[in-house]
Amino acid sequence: MGPLVPDIIGNEFNLIIAMVIGILFGVILEQAGFSTSKKLVGLFYGYDFTVLRVFFTAGFTAMIGIIVLDHFGLIDTNLIYINPTFLGPAIVGGIIMGLGFVIGGFCPGTSVCAAAIGKIDAIYFIIGSAIGILIFAEGYPLWEGFFKSGYLGAPQMFETLGLSQSMFAFLLTAAALLSYWGTSIIENKVNGIKKPPFRFTPYYMTLGAIGLIISVSAFMFPPREDYFLEKIDDLAFVNSYPLEDITIDEFAFKIVKQDPRMKIVDFRPLDEFKKESLPNSNSFNINNFFEKEPDKFLRIRNNTYVIVAETEIEERKMAIIAIEIGYKNIKILKGGLETFRAEIINFEPKEPTSRIEESTFAYRENAKIVIPKLIKENKSAGPVVKKLKRVVGGC
Amino acid sequence: MNKTKYMNSYVAGILLGFLLIATIYISGRGLGASGAVKSVTITTVEAVAPAHADNSTFYKEYSAAHSGSPLNNWLVFEVFGVLIGAFLSGLYSDRLGFILEKGPNTKSKIRIIGAIIGGALFGFGSQLGRGCTSGSALSGMAVMSTGGIITMFAIFGGAFLFAYFFRKLWI
Repeated sequence: MGPLVPDIIGNEFNLIIAMVIGILFGVILEQAGFSTSKKLVGLFYGYDFTVLRVFFTAGFTAMIGIIVLDHFGLIDTNLIYINPTFLGPAIVGGIIMGLGFVIGGFCPGTSVCAAAIGKIDAIYFIIGSAIGILIFAEGYPLWEGFFKSGYLGAPQMFETLGLSQSMFAFLLTAAALLSYWGTSIIENKVNGIKKPPFRFTPYYMTLGAIGLIISVSAFMFPPREDYFLEKIDDLAFVNSYPLEDITIDEFAFKIVKQDPRMKIVDFRPLDEFKKESLPNSNSFNINNFFEKEPDKFLRIRNNTYVIVAETEIEERKMAIIAIEIGYKNIKILKGGLETFRAEIINFEPKEPTSRIEESTFAYRENAKIVIPKLIKENKSAGPVVKKLKRVVGGC
Repeated sequence: MNKTKYMNSYVAGILLGFLLIATIYISGRGLGASGAVKSVTITTVEAVAPAHADNSTFYKEYSAAHSGSPLNNWLVFEVFGVLIGAFLSGLYSDRLGFILEKGPNTKSKIRIIGAIIGGALFGFGSQLGRGCTSGSALSGMAVMSTGGIITMFAIFGGAFLFAYFFRKLWI
């Protein structure tokens, strides 16, 4: 599961990767025509909309790509860097950058790209940007207050707008596609080209079709979590789903025996878990299914994972998600913890009606004494599965 | 190879998009550029005036947030790669050469001053906005960050807003 840093790819190697990514970034920017200021500012004077086309296409391709990766559980979106939102500085900083763009003819990335092929104006632009950063650094006390104002956390745009992720991705992509059409008309007008901007040739038809598929695909890949939550919403489906279970007596036996291969995955609320928990158990919540570290925990071979919750129906729901995700050796505790508590921990001796019941009851008498002791001895301090830190990014 | 022929914008955009996906998948973060200029600037200040750097809030906050040398940084390596990649691409497409590019009615001196002032504004703005066109706008759009998308609209909106006043520089 991505991101591959820091566990699969080490921090040192990550720097080498950075350089390889940079080389590809440089090649693409240069080949797209971003190494000339005249082409870049063409956007603002209507004669060349290359920047807009490359920028938006890259932006929504990447956005849909991340949505797809998330949908298939290939990336833990809790770990990737989401630029934080500081409202005022984002707007004012952006406008200042826009002013710098029309005066200087570059942005930092494109200036590096242009300088690499010998553009003298780009070299001056880079010198200028270092001066700008120096001014910001030296005068920092003057704008530190404003710089840190308007902090809203790191929300995502669809949350801010109150839309679903799919809807937002679709709208943004559709807006980009429309802007291609609109800007082509402007571009042709400014450059005195008479031909219509889009003609019904195979080339444009293919282009349009690809664009349409990408924008509609936003709906085909809902966020992974929503997708599974919807599945377990159907009670008939939950009850008819074939699941392996473990009886309370077998469960008790394995706890007493302290079987290291049986991992208890506890879905009770965290504060209840903190109060008391079974030995060899881990606190889980539904979000953990979609995170990188818990994912590793659930994939150890030869372990049996017993999902426990207060009620069996709750266990069934979580177990279904686990199995649908693809985890193996998932079992549920028959009757849930409520039954376990009533029949084992608070076992009331009664008259056995058969030989089997006789031995079962005898065992329960024993378990009733041993298990509470084990619970007492088990000092678990909360979610045992450690949380990874989000990657720090940005400029 | 034809000297003026550039790649189709949509194809370039899709390739750039895939590169951004790979970047986020591998490193958990997006692309960037201004951060590298910042690292170099900070390193220079720390080397030239170490006492000053130790006493200013900005440098102190930076070293608190980043361990090790400012140059031992993801973005510095990435931008170093951009230099190599763009150079190779220019070599391949026969676009290398020291040229001062400017509008048809602009004097060289004006263009140089414009580039420095524009760069300074961009550098300043990228610090205030926590990232430039790459780090904040493009990468922010990929992860649907509210701040990144707002900055993106502000950059392009701002540029359109001011474009009229600086038209003599370009057309």
